[in-house]
Amino acid sequence: MHEIRIHGRGGQGAVLAGSILATAFVGEGKHVVAVPSFGFERRGAPVASYVRVDDRPIRQMTNIYRPDCILCIDPTVARAVNIFDGVAEGAVLVQTTARELTELQLPDRVTCVGLCDAVAIALAIFRRPITNTIMLGAFAKTTGLVSLASLRMALEQSDFRDAGLRQNLDALAAGFERTVVHRLLHEAAA
Amino acid sequence: MKKQAYPFFDTTGVPDDLCPIAVRPNPMLPGEWRSMKPVVDRAKCVKCAVCWVYCPVQCVVEKPAWFDIDYTTCKGCGICATECPHRAIAMVEEAA
Amino acid sequence: MTPLLEPAAKAPAFIVCDGNEAAAWAVALARVEMVAVYPITPQSSLVEYLAKLVADGTLDAEIVDAEGEHSVLSVLQGAALAGARTYTATCGPGLAFMFEPYLRQPGLRLPMVMSLVTRDTLTPQSVWGGHQDAMSVREVGWIQMYCETVQEVLDTVIMGYRIAEHRDVMLPVNVCHDGNYLSFGATRVDLPAQSDVDAFLGKPNVNWHAALDPARPMAVDPLTGGAGGPGPRTFVKYRKGHCAGMQNALAVITEAHADWARHTGRQHAPLVERYRMDDALLALVTIGSMTGAGKDAIDAARERGIPIGLVKVKTYRPFPTEAIVGALAGVRAVGVVDRSVSFGWNCGPLYQDVAGALGRAGRQVPSMSFIGGLAGADLTTDHFGGVVERVRQLAKDGRSGPTVWINEND
Repeated sequence: MHEIRIHGRGGQGAVLAGSILATAFVGEGKHVVAVPSFGFERRGAPVASYVRVDDRPIRQMTNIYRPDCILCIDPTVARAVNIFDGVAEGAVLVQTTARELTELQLPDRVTCVGLCDAVAIALAIFRRPITNTIMLGAFAKTTGLVSLASLRMALEQSDFRDAGLRQNLDALAAGFERTVVHRLLHEAAA
Repeated sequence: MKKQAYPFFDTTGVPDDLCPIAVRPNPMLPGEWRSMKPVVDRAKCVKCAVCWVYCPVQCVVEKPAWFDIDYTTCKGCGICATECPHRAIAMVEEAA
Repeated sequence: MTPLLEPAAKAPAFIVCDGNEAAAWAVALARVEMVAVYPITPQSSLVEYLAKLVADGTLDAEIVDAEGEHSVLSVLQGAALAGARTYTATCGPGLAFMFEPYLRQPGLRLPMVMSLVTRDTLTPQSVWGGHQDAMSVREVGWIQMYCETVQEVLDTVIMGYRIAEHRDVMLPVNVCHDGNYLSFGATRVDLPAQSDVDAFLGKPNVNWHAALDPARPMAVDPLTGGAGGPGPRTFVKYRKGHCAGMQNALAVITEAHADWARHTGRQHAPLVERYRMDDALLALVTIGSMTGAGKDAIDAARERGIPIGLVKVKTYRPFPTEAIVGALAGVRAVGVVDRSVSFGWNCGPLYQDVAGALGRAGRQVPSMSFIGGLAGADLTTDHFGGVVERVRQLAKDGRSGPTVWINEND
């Protein structure tokens, strides 16, 4: 089972990203549960969405405390919340940022990182910093857990139509192509 | 004999402990517990219909030259007597 | 009149959706004729899905946008008395605002299904899930069922009409699903075929016993009771009739679930579910979506050799006393997990009912109340692991212990 925790800010579509990802996984025959967290909804507030995926049925409808994948679709939310809370050994981080890998502070338990300047891509495609579909492409590239084709199908089944759908499909592809994946080697822990 | 425009709901086959309902109207009429009754003076009545408008149970009946009271439903509240602009209605004690 | 179109026949075979959307699809498949709505977190997206299904013709119903929940249910009572199959959803403060017509509905024996997207009641200010709202109205006389999964939400809303409209029951049904975890938790949901649902439910028959019809006048709910004349025995007659309907519901619910399984292949436990109880010496009792994590914790405990099982309550009203006592027949200690509080007893409401059922059956079993998951707090496998340990201790001590507040130190 994989436990994916999506971090973002209200208004960026972090929760929608969770449900599009869930649809894509179901399309590949997997069992999925996607649970969001919510509060007083407002733009900019940190939000999280929890996606569990497995080949066997998943029974627990709970939040995720030991994620093996962090998908962070906002470049600054890590300052407001600890996005690495409880992260498992050998975890994967998919992060939107304009910075280089060397500029980021990551815990040792994270051994694979996918970086994508999703905000820049979003401004080019949508003229707004809506990064969710771009980062789903980044997720597919970094983890290989879901195929781009499945994500495309999931987008086509969503409520997006016409120009909005085309833009999101472009965003998905751009996120996939322009994500750089780094595999990190750490000194063995004492 | 009163005429009934529509037959009451048929309760055949409906258990009597299901929903509290009633299809037998109470035989007691409001006119039966009146202590004062309105009497209209035909000479003073000008058919302005104020009593007809104000009667809370719509028991004022229009006749060709005046308005009369239907005593089966009149409960003797006295509003018609109070409102009549020509003082054509008097409240009289009901006979024992 | 049933239209010539088969709107919900255009429904896909499965979708990925959350509990709120699943409930809306169930309403469409059940061919509900009128919905009245008012939004309240965490139900709001449910009524939005209803509006969308009406707008695109999938749900052929009248939709009434009332000014508040009091009117929502009052409007539906009028519609039911005119013969309509009706639906609404609410929770928390919405349920509180609806309380007057909510009291009237079961007394009139008017069938309907109402989803409660359970939410902790208002103060301290909370918008998240708990069971306090549903538990607060457990004495009103509605049937109450709690769902464990999103699929079960869809299936139970549909089954609710079969149960509510059954001649031996004629009672409104609350289908409860947990705020946030089930209302917004998304997963794959299989949609039944419209033809199966039509065969399963049949046509609505909701006002054969009381109707607002100018062509057949009657008085509905005249003044009843008092100390003189036929009042006392008349009132008792109706209350006993209501209780009889509730008791009949136990068998009707069981039969409805069995028939649903024949149509769809999905057998949900109708009253209680026994999980690994065959050789269990210890037991947890759960209700609602917390059960998933509970079952995972039972599996983990079993792997360590602890003889523990889990009993999940689906039908809470009428309370399935026989099924509960039967399920707990061989155990030496019971931990009941509630997502709400009974202030009178300083314990959970489900705990009270379980303890009462065991006591009435003459079973002296050490038992404890565990209260957790209030106001959206999570009940994880780790939390359940702690509950398992405490119940093991309970079996060793042999004496019932004080209430444990699971999230107290979170």
